[in-house]
Amino acid sequence: MAYFQLIRFKSLNLEPIDLTIAAGECVTLGGPSGCGKSLLLRAIADLDPHEGEASIGECVQSLTAPPEWRRLAGLLSAESYWWADRVRDHLPYSDPDLLASLGFPEVAAEWEVSRLSSGERQRLALARLLLGKPKLLLLDEPTANLDQVSIGRVEHLIKEYLNNGRSAALWVSHDPQQRKRVGERGFQIENGQLVPEIWI
Amino acid sequence: MDLIQLTPLDLSIAALLVLGLGVISWRMHLGVERRLLIAASRSVIQLTLLGLVLKTLFEQSNPILIGVIVLFMLGMAGYEVMARQERRFSGIWGMGIGTFSMFISSFSMTLLALHLVVRVEPWYTPQYLIPLLGMLLGNTMSGMAIALDNLTQGAWQQRGTIEARLMLGHSWDHAIRDLRRRALRSGLIPIINAMAAAGVVSLPGMMTGQILAGSPPLEAAKYQIMILLLIAAGTGLGAIAAVTLGAFRLFDKRQRLRLDRLK
Repeated sequence: MAYFQLIRFKSLNLEPIDLTIAAGECVTLGGPSGCGKSLLLRAIADLDPHEGEASIGECVQSLTAPPEWRRLAGLLSAESYWWADRVRDHLPYSDPDLLASLGFPEVAAEWEVSRLSSGERQRLALARLLLGKPKLLLLDEPTANLDQVSIGRVEHLIKEYLNNGRSAALWVSHDPQQRKRVGERGFQIENGQLVPEIWI
Repeated sequence: MDLIQLTPLDLSIAALLVLGLGVISWRMHLGVERRLLIAASRSVIQLTLLGLVLKTLFEQSNPILIGVIVLFMLGMAGYEVMARQERRFSGIWGMGIGTFSMFISSFSMTLLALHLVVRVEPWYTPQYLIPLLGMLLGNTMSGMAIALDNLTQGAWQQRGTIEARLMLGHSWDHAIRDLRRRALRSGLIPIINAMAAAGVVSLPGMMTGQILAGSPPLEAAKYQIMILLLIAAGTGLGAIAAVTLGAFRLFDKRQRLRLDRLK
């Protein structure tokens, strides 16, 4: 069943793409730096001008109000940005269970953003994103700054989020082992084209 | 009391002082004598020309001529607002935002003052229109320029934060709210300071001029108060217009932050 769909979707540096992802499915994306992976995710979240169409379930990108679309297509950028002083001010509501599953105590919501390590920021940015219950996860190197334990937690949490079948994921990762671990299918970007990645 | 006329001799005393400063700068190797003398000559020429233009203008009171001069002043002010931006909007918007906000801040305030406060007949009497407009243009310009510069610089530097909010489903309006507020505040601070210091720290130029020209101090003070209040209102309204338009232009129809519209 086509849950997420790209039709002749053209972002910067890439040829037009047709892609279908089923509900609950996690598709990985690899390729050299600067090949356009992040730009593709940004275009799907409608942060950059692009051509073609995208849809999530019944919602068509060009017919959906931009803020609503971006709540459906939740983008986790490689670097997280924070606008207020405390973590709590960035979270739509508090969810101690979610924080715990990422290895944080409940009091983490009261922490000052400026004191967080880059790894803590990255995990809290994931929490911030998941609390909005996006229907599609666009993950740009979500574990780049994390240690092994945290990587395991993040991968587990995302797989669990997908398993309820009300979401799907497009996961960009530099690590071939991780792509194999988390993805049902994978693509490599070569010369501006999506090429299926073969896992042995 | 009659106006004490300045003779060319009086002016040459002041000019000699500047020349002397130039000589000192040359002897002390300060390296500003060239620029100093050029700037001094410019101000002499420009102000003499202005005096001549205004003399003709006041004698003729020709509405078309007045209109041309007014539009020229407005255009120059709009250009100045744009030229002071480090990252200005490209295309027609760069000049357009500056000119439109200067129109709001100065033109509308001048018209209002001429119709409701000073009540001259006809309203375009150049003796009132041109100096009032000039005062407002000159004094509201920096407020506009600072506010707009803050907005565009801030958007450039905080791109990540603004886009992070967009990614989480905030509307463009919400994502740039903090920045817009800060830009407006910074544009208004100079005039707030000027009002607070008026008469205590500084004797404003217009009042000084009127007193030198023989007006009773209280009359001069009344005019100065009116001008200061008009400048404050004009700066505020103009800065709101500039920042609102600027923030609007920073996003496109799909609420994407479009920094490529700055250059």
